[in-house]
Amino acid sequence: MELWQNIPFFSILLSLASASFTSIMPARAARRTAIVVTSAVLCMSAALIGFTTAYGGSYTFMMGHFPAPWGNEIRAGVLEAVTAFAFSLIMLISLLGGLTKIEEHVEEGKQNLYFIMCELLLTALLAQVYTNDLFTAYVFVEIMTIAACSLITSRIKGRTLFAATRYMIMNLLGSGLFLLGLTLLYDLTGHLLMEDIREQVRMLAQTGLYHQPLTVVIALMCIGLAIKSALFPFHTWLPDAYGYSTPASSAMLSSLVSKGYIFLLIKIIYRVIGLDVIRDSGIDNVLLIFALVGIVMGSVSAIRERDIRRMVSYSSVAQIGYIFMGIGLGTEAGLVAALFHIIAHAAAKSMLFLSTSGLCEVSGERRLFRDLRGSAYRNPIAGIAFVVGAFSMVGIPFMGGFMSKLCFASAAMETGGARMLLVLLVLAISTALNTLYFLRTVITIYRPTIREYPEAASFRPHASFVVAMVAAIAVNVALGVCSQPVLNAIAAGLTCFG
Amino acid sequence: MAKLRNDYENSFFGRLDRWIRGGGSRLEQEMERDLTEPAPESPLLSSESIGEREDAMYARHAEAHAKEQAMFDRLHNWSRTRGRKLMNALYALLSVVICLSVILVLLETVSDLPHFGDEENPINNEVSERYIEKGLQETGAVNIVTGMILDYRAFDTLGESHVLFIAACSVLILLRVSQERQGGAASQEKLDAEANDRIYEPKNDIILQASARILVPLILLFGIYIILNGHLSPGGGFSGGAVMGAGLILYLNAFGFKKTERFFTYKTFKVISFCALAFYALSKSYSFFTGANHLESGIPLGTPGAILSSGLILPLNIAVGMVVCCTMYAFYTLFRKGDM
Repeated sequence: MELWQNIPFFSILLSLASASFTSIMPARAARRTAIVVTSAVLCMSAALIGFTTAYGGSYTFMMGHFPAPWGNEIRAGVLEAVTAFAFSLIMLISLLGGLTKIEEHVEEGKQNLYFIMCELLLTALLAQVYTNDLFTAYVFVEIMTIAACSLITSRIKGRTLFAATRYMIMNLLGSGLFLLGLTLLYDLTGHLLMEDIREQVRMLAQTGLYHQPLTVVIALMCIGLAIKSALFPFHTWLPDAYGYSTPASSAMLSSLVSKGYIFLLIKIIYRVIGLDVIRDSGIDNVLLIFALVGIVMGSVSAIRERDIRRMVSYSSVAQIGYIFMGIGLGTEAGLVAALFHIIAHAAAKSMLFLSTSGLCEVSGERRLFRDLRGSAYRNPIAGIAFVVGAFSMVGIPFMGGFMSKLCFASAAMETGGARMLLVLLVLAISTALNTLYFLRTVITIYRPTIREYPEAASFRPHASFVVAMVAAIAVNVALGVCSQPVLNAIAAGLTCFG
Repeated sequence: MAKLRNDYENSFFGRLDRWIRGGGSRLEQEMERDLTEPAPESPLLSSESIGEREDAMYARHAEAHAKEQAMFDRLHNWSRTRGRKLMNALYALLSVVICLSVILVLLETVSDLPHFGDEENPINNEVSERYIEKGLQETGAVNIVTGMILDYRAFDTLGESHVLFIAACSVLILLRVSQERQGGAASQEKLDAEANDRIYEPKNDIILQASARILVPLILLFGIYIILNGHLSPGGGFSGGAVMGAGLILYLNAFGFKKTERFFTYKTFKVISFCALAFYALSKSYSFFTGANHLESGIPLGTPGAILSSGLILPLNIAVGMVVCCTMYAFYTLFRKGDM
């Protein structure tokens, strides 16, 4: 075993151990630790991308002295490395961009607890990306749920408590369904290791044994994770949860937490159950329909909003719909598109939430559109970032969102039939709707003001905010301009994923 | 068409023409409109019948307004009274139907599962076989369950103990009252919480105190026994820690915060959970690292059955027990008065 193969293990344990060390630190040191740990994980993941590409394939890593079906195991390949890199990068950007707001919104004595949540969230994300064992995934799903909930409650203002309660109820329902599915699957296959379950499931599918329980298992797992990642009919917890928490939390919740669950779902669909079994069960059609309705309804709700943060939140519902649409196509091209959109949307949405907070800050913390006029002149960097994010969401060429829409369309063309027509139609409708509400916002923030903003005169954005915004803009443009290497890496990773 | 020709200025071609000549589009006009002051009222018409026409207009307006109001009332009242009732009934009905169908599907599924206790079941495979046959030899723990959770699948348990830790941290974020001191005195919030606690919680209950005097040492000893014997008999860190936490809570209820604050404050909680978790994470990192890279860990397993045996399992059980005990106690005190 080479030393570089320890990187997944190092990054998981580094962020896990840093959480308990952060618990005895004062706020300042905790902040530095969180940023240093995230950067270290980022560098290690970047190195891992290089090594796994050169290695050409994936490898397993024994967590302890016992080999796989008995002990725990993690697994890494190009796809895992790329995802881990993207997640830690977005985490770093969210932390940096929201740093001043965290200081303002979270009590001094509780700031180190906030950074513990961030570190454990990163741990849980990494563990879900790398794990090769379904039960380990469940344990870290729990950590992610609790961490996300207290990221919301860390700022007690307005509706955050209400939102957090709602979030907790819906997410525990999702966890419960997922656990139920996991238990039934264990009963049917006798394994928790992904490869072994796959083998048993393949056997069950061939012999036709336990057909009905297997379908129920797939449905339970898909619905459980769909609730947790806010697929359309289960999205009601989302706007309050994203709309009122501190900006760094909103950025992390929208671009990391829900994406972590979706990555796990893709793993289950592709590696644990297998695409052919999923197609036979017909669950992919259900997901596709929910996704298509969600894309339209999310955009319609976003159009009706007067509050910029809630509008951005509702646009998440539509974007989650895109990702599930890729999964629902039930082909590898669809999964590649979904995986690319996970990254593209995470990059754009975290930037949108952060830049929105920058725009609101120079408008006296008001968030309605009429108060935001001209805010892009008062805080230029946030304005530019918002425009770039909005363009990416709409799907303007040279932005990440354009590439993912292209991928979705070409994946739909491959499948053909009624699915293709439906997907293309919804893509067209949703692009028009996206343009409607995002460009309205872009125009609004560049319109001349109608009132005085005395606090904006002496406003200078904090250095960390500027750095985060510049980095985020660079990431978004890079995703659009050099999308081919990323897509190739995802496609190559997916082949050695199953 | 005639109408259109008369109103060339506002027709499509008129607007197009203006736009081409750079005269500002409709969008721009509308965007400018709410910036500028409302337009001045139109000058009076120079007609004799102006009074009549005005009256007629007002009458028409009033009629339209009344009509609209009536319609609005009807719809609004409907949505507030009957509509809401209908929606609530529909909602209740749907939720019952969905619940029942989910229950039915799940029951149906459970009846199709492999029979419980059948030896041909898929769960009776090489995995459980090795746990049962070689567990003692490989982990050194007489209690196979402990061997499984703290040695074979230690990574899961590491995550699980952090679930407890993060739960405690979440409750701290949510419920811990502000500790900021204002001019040497405790914050108002803290004083309020303590006053509340003094009113609503029992104080100096003699029966409780007498029984606690006997029970608390027994409970704590029993908890310690469960933790220390985790690798030899049923039990372990999670159950023993829960017992110890319950003992501490009983002690607190009988004797009040003044007694417990002598040995357990927020600082104690922080130090104990930090030490336990850091030890757990670091020792397991060592063991994962050596295991994955096929190195000798050098941790002796000892003779099975002795109290000092089975390698890391005993200290890990102690660490897990500490975390669970502190978390239980912290939950209780935080929910009670927002501090420890």
